[in-house]
Amino acid sequence: MDFPFLSVIALSPIAAAIIILMMPKERGENSRMLALAAMILGLLLSIYVYVAYNQNLPAPQTRWAETLMFVEDYNWIPAVNIGYIVGVDGLSATLVLLTSIVGLGGVLISWSIDDRPREFFAFFMLLVAGVHGVFIAVDGFLLFFFYELAVLPMYVMIVIWGWKERREYAAMKLTLYLLIGSFISFIAFLYLYFNLPAAGVEQTFDLRVWSEANFPFAMQQIWFLPLFLGFAVLAGLFPFHNWSPDGHVAAPTAVSMIHAGVLMKLGAYASMRVGIQILPQGTVYWMPLIILLTLINVLYGSFIAMRQRDMKYLIGYSSVSHMGLVSMGFAAMTLVGFTGAGIQMVSHGVMTALFFSVVGMIYDRAHTRSMDELSGMRKALPWLVVPFIIGGLVSMGMPGLSGFIAEFPIFMGVWQGSSSPTTPAVFNLAPANYYQIIAILSILGVIITAAYILRAVHTVFFGEYDGEKWHDMRPILPIDKFTLVMFCVILIAIGVLPSVIGPIVQSGVTPVLHRIQEAQQSLTVLDSVQVAATNLLSWLGGA
Amino acid sequence: MSSTLTFDWVLALLPEIGLVVLLAALLLYDRALKPVNRRNIGLLSAWGAFTVLILTLGMWLLFDIPDSQQALSVNSLYWGGMIRNDLITLIFRVIFLVALFITSLITIDVPRLQRGEFYALLVAATIGFSLMAASADLIMIYIALETASISSYVLAGFVTEDDQSAEAGMKYFVYGAVATGLMLYGMSLLHGILTSVGVPSTNIYEIGLVLSNAGTIPPQANGVILLAAALMIIGFGFKISAVPFHFWTPDVYNGSPTSFTAFVSTASKAAGFAVFLRVFTAGTFGTPGQESLWWALLISMCVITMTLGNFAAIFQNDIKRLLAYSSIAQAGYAMIGLVVFTPAGSGATMFYLLMYVFTNIAAFGVVILIYNVSGSNDLRDLYGLNRRSPYLALVMLFALLSLGGIPPTAGFIGKFFVFKAAVEAGYWWLALLGILNAFVALYYYLSIIKYMYLYRSDSEDVPIPVSRAAQIGLAVSVFFIIFLGIYASPAFDWTREAANAFFTLVG
Repeated sequence: MDFPFLSVIALSPIAAAIIILMMPKERGENSRMLALAAMILGLLLSIYVYVAYNQNLPAPQTRWAETLMFVEDYNWIPAVNIGYIVGVDGLSATLVLLTSIVGLGGVLISWSIDDRPREFFAFFMLLVAGVHGVFIAVDGFLLFFFYELAVLPMYVMIVIWGWKERREYAAMKLTLYLLIGSFISFIAFLYLYFNLPAAGVEQTFDLRVWSEANFPFAMQQIWFLPLFLGFAVLAGLFPFHNWSPDGHVAAPTAVSMIHAGVLMKLGAYASMRVGIQILPQGTVYWMPLIILLTLINVLYGSFIAMRQRDMKYLIGYSSVSHMGLVSMGFAAMTLVGFTGAGIQMVSHGVMTALFFSVVGMIYDRAHTRSMDELSGMRKALPWLVVPFIIGGLVSMGMPGLSGFIAEFPIFMGVWQGSSSPTTPAVFNLAPANYYQIIAILSILGVIITAAYILRAVHTVFFGEYDGEKWHDMRPILPIDKFTLVMFCVILIAIGVLPSVIGPIVQSGVTPVLHRIQEAQQSLTVLDSVQVAATNLLSWLGGA
Repeated sequence: MSSTLTFDWVLALLPEIGLVVLLAALLLYDRALKPVNRRNIGLLSAWGAFTVLILTLGMWLLFDIPDSQQALSVNSLYWGGMIRNDLITLIFRVIFLVALFITSLITIDVPRLQRGEFYALLVAATIGFSLMAASADLIMIYIALETASISSYVLAGFVTEDDQSAEAGMKYFVYGAVATGLMLYGMSLLHGILTSVGVPSTNIYEIGLVLSNAGTIPPQANGVILLAAALMIIGFGFKISAVPFHFWTPDVYNGSPTSFTAFVSTASKAAGFAVFLRVFTAGTFGTPGQESLWWALLISMCVITMTLGNFAAIFQNDIKRLLAYSSIAQAGYAMIGLVVFTPAGSGATMFYLLMYVFTNIAAFGVVILIYNVSGSNDLRDLYGLNRRSPYLALVMLFALLSLGGIPPTAGFIGKFFVFKAAVEAGYWWLALLGILNAFVALYYYLSIIKYMYLYRSDSEDVPIPVSRAAQIGLAVSVFFIIFLGIYASPAFDWTREAANAFFTLVG
């Protein structure tokens, strides 16, 4: 593996961005070609990485360091042991591929953008590079570096090309939420860095070393929350989800796609990679409570989505709800749950990208996203009906599509959560019942999803067609059709052939789960967990 | 400390000697210059600064002067213990020369500043700064500081036909004179104490040796030492514009010619930090600890400086005033590295100042170029800058990102090192305060980005001419903003190694 695949995937968009910015203004048209070329290159390399990883799929490993492939390891700031270390495990290889797919879709969807295309594509490239970087980073500092790098283009793109009415507010809100979240994680990370010797390993930013560290339990208890929640902000965890629907709505289509499709996964991925993997005992201690937050995510998100009349808000809140399922899969702390969460990231990523591209196309032509005004789009834009319905079916977890492959294991994992030996009793419920109740309640989310998706399909596509009003709509471009078909094919392929994604994701999450199991076995503090949990809950309940 | 004049002594002052030559050349050349060639005076200054910079770096790279072994020991004292030629001095000299070089470049085509006196005063101030960073003696500190200050006062009021500039000069002078006077009083108190215990020295390392040894000083003198420390903090705090000695900053930054503002906000601040670090890390007031009240004073100053600077900046409508408050806040971040009193912290502060030179001068450079066209410094002049001049907008974008601490710019790495040093020393709450402050700051930096990229203005069609010299100046700045952000390792190792020299002579 001499060719630096991962570096090229992550850094070629940056190179493209620089070249685009240096192009003369008159040749702004060429910028999209260059962006497309960079994305296609990235996609091909990502596919290669994914396939190569899949073919050499290692037997389930318990050490994260051994599951990494395509590792590149260079010194960066040797004085403080910061390295440029990249590599992928099963999960990140999948997410890199997802990013490439959504990135390509984003460029294709924005093909006809006419307001300062040069800057648009340059910032878009930076955004994609930042996202790629987080997924491949094996060095903690590098991870934060790329993480921040990804947030800023979001700000600029929402502010410049976003929806005029909300963009300034939404962009500032999004940026501050995300950066504050990540920096709170960062402080926790730095604190732990200086306590690495206490955890029995050398002081370095190399996460492979961190993933073997055993911090004292008291430390894990305290620092897990800032470390995990800081990143969970980006995953849209309740009650820190507030930035997300506003950001989705205000962003231009391509950015919404990246934002909901990939960026939110960044938060989930980082909170798992840095939060859960480094502090497994803290995870075991806090997760029974955090799973409640994720439950609220799922239910509350879908109830709010029910109320929305703006299609983008609808999808925005449905994203919050679906990302809640990802966090819930993690919070279940079972292998099935983790695998489901991993697949859900991909499934949801492609699905929201599809949704946002459909809504973007409607908005470009009808100049409204309000479900009160849109109706009968079946006649006006027949090409959008099937993709939207496929997205909708994925969203409600219909068997045969990727949503089912993702959500079913999550529910199953939560149900199984009861079997883990050290799970505390909360609310005076036996652990078995506690997790089962959560699983049952969260499945309700699927039903609500079905309700709002079907209603949206009905009103927008099948209502009465007003020929007068919608007669002059531009047809859907071939390039758009291609994008839609690409997304649909992926959603169906995962649904029909789960084996293309299941094993590789599972191999990625196994080491993390192993850490948790170790923690569960080593923890003999059951009582205190139980006491702390019940105390906190009764305090919250005002009882 | 050798006492005979050797060649080493001359080498220790070579950059300053070079600057004196440049100063003389500027004044002579100014007489000989024809009115049509006025801009050549700026060129001479820029090239001169560049030459001295190369000379300084070349001496270090080729002949290893200052010797990195010797630089850490008492042998680095020259001229009777007046100055110390070590890596710290070298780094700060580089900072000042870079500031002088880029400032000269972006000033070349500002018509009303195309006068020999302006550049000569800039060079004179640089000599002062350079000596401030090198000085190892209270007397030397005072002389160097006055050299720098007096030149600065004149520069602030340089544009005599502009009332604001005159006001800035006057304000700077009055505040500065009081602050320096108080500082001098603090020095005399310190000297008095030393004399009373039989060590009549003004060398900060000798003082540090006495004062950091508990028991040599009678306990009754502790109050006087605290007073002396407080008075000197006033003098130095004025230089770095730390709250509550910052009141001059917005007015002076706003009124002065912007080129000088760029210079004073970087070089002068760095020089202030240089003496601050030198004096306080030498143990001149005893080692920091529970009993040293001045240390608590410094920490609270640091926190207040960050917070007040940032919150005040939010409400500014004038880009220069905004950057003035932002520079107050930046001084607060840099102070974090100072107040933790570890080599890692001091090194982080030096790195921060190094990257801050490029960052802030780039920002002010853009302001100068816009001012040349619009004649005002209102924030509204930045509206639509991206459509008006995409490259200037990009330069400003990078400068703002660096000020805000977003990768891949140097500001991110700078803040990282500072916060890391704080957490390492056990002050994670200080780092947390710094980070929360960084977000307040991000709000107004992002707002400027919004103005440049989103808002429209009526004068979008009016081009902003950017001369070749200014292009080079800005390009160099942006290059280093990104370079230090991506490949910080060499510069960071350099500052870290240098920072050890702060502490090696203590006790």
